[in-house]
Amino acid sequence: MNASSRAIVLTPLVFLGCLYALNLVHSPAVTGQAGLGFWCFIAFLWLASIVALSGLSHLSPKSATLRRLVGLSVPVLFGAFLFFLWEVIVVGAGVPSVLMPAPSAIGSRFAASLPVLRDDFVQTFVKSVLSGYVIGCLSGFVVAIIADRVPFLRRGLLPLGNFVAALPVIGIAPIMVMWFGFDWPSKAAVVVVMTFFPMLVNTVTGLSAAGRLERDLMHSYAAGYWTTLVKLRLPAALPFIFNALKINSTLALIGAIVAEFFGTPIVGMGFRISIEVARMSLDMVWAEIALAAIAGSIFYGFVALVERGATFWHPSYRT
Amino acid sequence: MKPKGETVLKRVTEDFMGDSGAQPGLSAEPGLASRAPVVDIQGLSLTYEAADGPVYALSNVDLQIEEGEFVSFIGPSGCGKTTLLRVIADLEQPNGGHIHVNGVSPSEARVRRDYGFIFQAPALYPWRTIQKNVELPLEIFGIPKAERNERSRRQLELVNLKGFEKKFPWQLSGGMQQRASIARALSFDPKLLLMDEPFGALDEIVRDHLNEQLLKLWDKTRKTVLFVTHSIPEAVFLSSKIVVMSPRPGRIIDVIDASHLGRERKLEIRETPEFLKIAHRVREGLRAGHSYDD
Repeated sequence: MNASSRAIVLTPLVFLGCLYALNLVHSPAVTGQAGLGFWCFIAFLWLASIVALSGLSHLSPKSATLRRLVGLSVPVLFGAFLFFLWEVIVVGAGVPSVLMPAPSAIGSRFAASLPVLRDDFVQTFVKSVLSGYVIGCLSGFVVAIIADRVPFLRRGLLPLGNFVAALPVIGIAPIMVMWFGFDWPSKAAVVVVMTFFPMLVNTVTGLSAAGRLERDLMHSYAAGYWTTLVKLRLPAALPFIFNALKINSTLALIGAIVAEFFGTPIVGMGFRISIEVARMSLDMVWAEIALAAIAGSIFYGFVALVERGATFWHPSYRT
Repeated sequence: MKPKGETVLKRVTEDFMGDSGAQPGLSAEPGLASRAPVVDIQGLSLTYEAADGPVYALSNVDLQIEEGEFVSFIGPSGCGKTTLLRVIADLEQPNGGHIHVNGVSPSEARVRRDYGFIFQAPALYPWRTIQKNVELPLEIFGIPKAERNERSRRQLELVNLKGFEKKFPWQLSGGMQQRASIARALSFDPKLLLMDEPFGALDEIVRDHLNEQLLKLWDKTRKTVLFVTHSIPEAVFLSSKIVVMSPRPGRIIDVIDASHLGRERKLEIRETPEFLKIAHRVREGLRAGHSYDD
């Protein structure tokens, strides 16, 4: 039997084995006191899953959609197996939920507190992160264009931007709360400060990315500053600008959550994490972390998708 | 070396005598403008300030180019041939001398969009399709969309790129990209084409093919072409006039007339005695230019 047919047979078997183990670990006789036999079974499943997944990753079916499906299934199954291990180890060994709650406990807590999570999401992500991100990136971009047009500003503004970027978020967050109050505008302000500089630096670098010949060409057409900017320099700067947008998408979420530790109304992801830690309900903290991870990944993925569409011509994306 | 230098010098004088028939500055009347030189250069010099002293890129250059000529500039690297072309295109500023392009200064000629410049590399914008690249100058000049499409279609047909309109530059071969850049330069119908080693990066077979196509294009469009190259066969094959240049300081040492080879030339012409005679004279000129620093 070759590797690929082995994988096709093994994968469903491992899947069934995992389901059985999950069922077993939640039965009262095993929960918290799993014996050696159970752990041997888990170890066996682990080995079987390695064989199945490596076989699956070598599979190359003829049809393009099937190939895509197989390519997608390997990371999904691998991630699912890691969650499975987490679940059976935490439940089987009876790890206290304060140290590490099981994924199922986090999941049920997530499902049970959807309204709270929704409010926190709206407060932190929609209001603070998105508004701060848009304002920070836009102002960084505009200042970069101005700095490009006025050379002395470039020499003056870049060190200043560097200085602002070097300020720790823990230092500026309380100041922003003093300036803009407890509600989301102060968090958005922190996000603006954090996202402004990466955008400024990347755009300034990107604006000089256009080649010498391409600029000479524009000069030979007697094209003015703005025509050259729109038709040549901005498109050439797009990879740099998207780089900043991606960096900022993760920076913004971190900034907004951390800023909520320094005074906030009784809503928000950072606020929830800080008080639920104090109340020892770690499953809620983990539910917020899961929410932040999902929101952050989708945000990053969306920016990366737009980047792919806008810079399809860049050597790293050409097909 | 033997008195080759003298012979060359004598030929130069002869050529300049022969060429100096048309006087610049007489183009007040539109009728006379066509007879004035397209490019008129007198005593042109250009010096760079480098770290280890001044570099004389161009020294006391005199040159007249008539309308409809195909002029090649040949010489070793550092002889100022590219610099001279860039001065004509107003991409470099000379330190001294007089230069007129179509009867006006290079910067006025540039603003009037009198010339199309073709660079060593295609310099096509990778985010634009071939058609959009050809239409780039037309967009900048504010020509309406319908006419843009019509002109780009016609130019792409002229350079044999029909059917590649919707492709992106990086999907085409080097030779096709350079042809697209020629179509782009032709799209706004400039009187003058300035070409700076356009085929230097291509292999010999592609280059031969493009040379033939370029000649046909020149014959068809009746444009004045200024062509920088470092290949003797290419220069002789294409040109009606060959300007031989020499470095340190960059200057013209010979101007060779090759118009008697005719306007329509086949690649086979390169084996004929007339062709070889001109090629020989170019080589002699290049050697004479070099003998000063050996």
